Amino acid sequence: MINKLVPSLSEAVKDVKDGSVVMLSGFGQAGSPIELIHALIDQGASDLTVVSNNTGSGHVGLASLIEHRRVKKMICSFPRTTHSTVFPELYSNGEIELELVPQGTLAERIRAGGAGIPAFYTPASVDTPLEEGKERRTFNGRSYVLEYGIEADFSFVKCEGADRYGNLVYNKTARNFGPIMCTAAENTVVQTKKMVDLGDLDPEAVVTPGIFVNRIVEINQPLDESQLIAENWRYPWH
Amino acid sequence: MALENNKQEWTKGEMAQNVALDIPDGSYVNLGIGMPEMVADYVPEGREVIYHTENGLLGMGPEPEQGKEDPELINAGKKYVTAITGACYFHHADSFTMIRGKHIDFCVLGAYQVSEQGDLANWTLGKPGAVPAVGGAMDLVAGVKNIFVITRHTTKQGKPKIVRDCQLPLTGKGVVKRIYTDLAILDVTQQGLMVKEMAPGISFEALQNKTDAQLKMP
Repeated sequence: MINKLVPSLSEAVKDVKDGSVVMLSGFGQAGSPIELIHALIDQGASDLTVVSNNTGSGHVGLASLIEHRRVKKMICSFPRTTHSTVFPELYSNGEIELELVPQGTLAERIRAGGAGIPAFYTPASVDTPLEEGKERRTFNGRSYVLEYGIEADFSFVKCEGADRYGNLVYNKTARNFGPIMCTAAENTVVQTKKMVDLGDLDPEAVVTPGIFVNRIVEINQPLDESQLIAENWRYPWH
Repeated sequence: MALENNKQEWTKGEMAQNVALDIPDGSYVNLGIGMPEMVADYVPEGREVIYHTENGLLGMGPEPEQGKEDPELINAGKKYVTAITGACYFHHADSFTMIRGKHIDFCVLGAYQVSEQGDLANWTLGKPGAVPAVGGAMDLVAGVKNIFVITRHTTKQGKPKIVRDCQLPLTGKGVVKRIYTDLAILDVTQQGLMVKEMAPGISFEALQNKTDAQLKMP
């Protein structure tokens, strides 16, 4: 029998290793798997390379993972946001690496990584500082830059509903990077707001097919990151 | 000097309206963060325009009423928004397929500098030690059919933003089609920067004095 539901957050993240590449879904707080990130802080893996659009806010979630010096390198498109102080401070002190990637290139690199495409050419970043050091090629008279697919050891993704096969649906703009990150990791770990019975998800409306998902943990009432930041919480809690 | 009189410049609202008037019925539009967002307030009656936000929504509506904010329904600037009837959600790779694949008709962006060749600098001032952040700007200028820029004609210090060559790091080269400032509407053409329209009461000489790039009258 296939049942991808695991009983606890600690079980879900138990085998992340020092040096792992970890993708984290989310655009700002929308879709960020904050409970899985906190479980990863507790689990202790370090020297991580994290792929995520932003770098977290306040002192919770990804910002806390970075603050605990678990992240060696960030691959992202927009490493500063309102209330983001942890990454900017470490970055200006030279204590964390940054690979800055245009947002569409980041999405396509993840998609390619999950689709077995090692590299592709894109028009984004041609003639800009972000083209430096990259191969350029001309197709039909226009210049393009070579970009490589990204594969991860783990993807942590937040979704709205899941069944035991791992079929997933999302909520509004919290979908963002989730579906492509599910495809691009050796181990895709999902936190869902609701577990539903097989058959409850309309097969025509499933967004992520279960084959891309390895483990699911149910978190019925996920934390509201902006509220935690407004109330100045830090993880681990104090 | 005509320019000493603030009344002769277009207000931010008038600038946004100038842009809105040039976006035809049925267009798919991506609005950048800040002043570009105001364009949505000035769409003429009878036109249906669909707004795309790169974080995965086609059919973005206005801000929600107070108390109805949904942290999982936001725009690219991470502000709370609503979805119109007939909206749809999608993941990031599909969102940038719309952008890079030339499916979006118009994108309106802010600028630090625009050159007379249509080069755009709008993502970083390139200061040492500062955290660079690019977001979707480079994908948008590479793929959207028409790139419009809305910006003050000069910086707060009075330095021209419409320049012969951008000194700041580029977002894209030769990508801007039209520039809307508080003083003029300028078209980027093969012959150079053409003045399409000037704010009321401003002479060509006064406009040229505030512009580093060479302007041309059609």
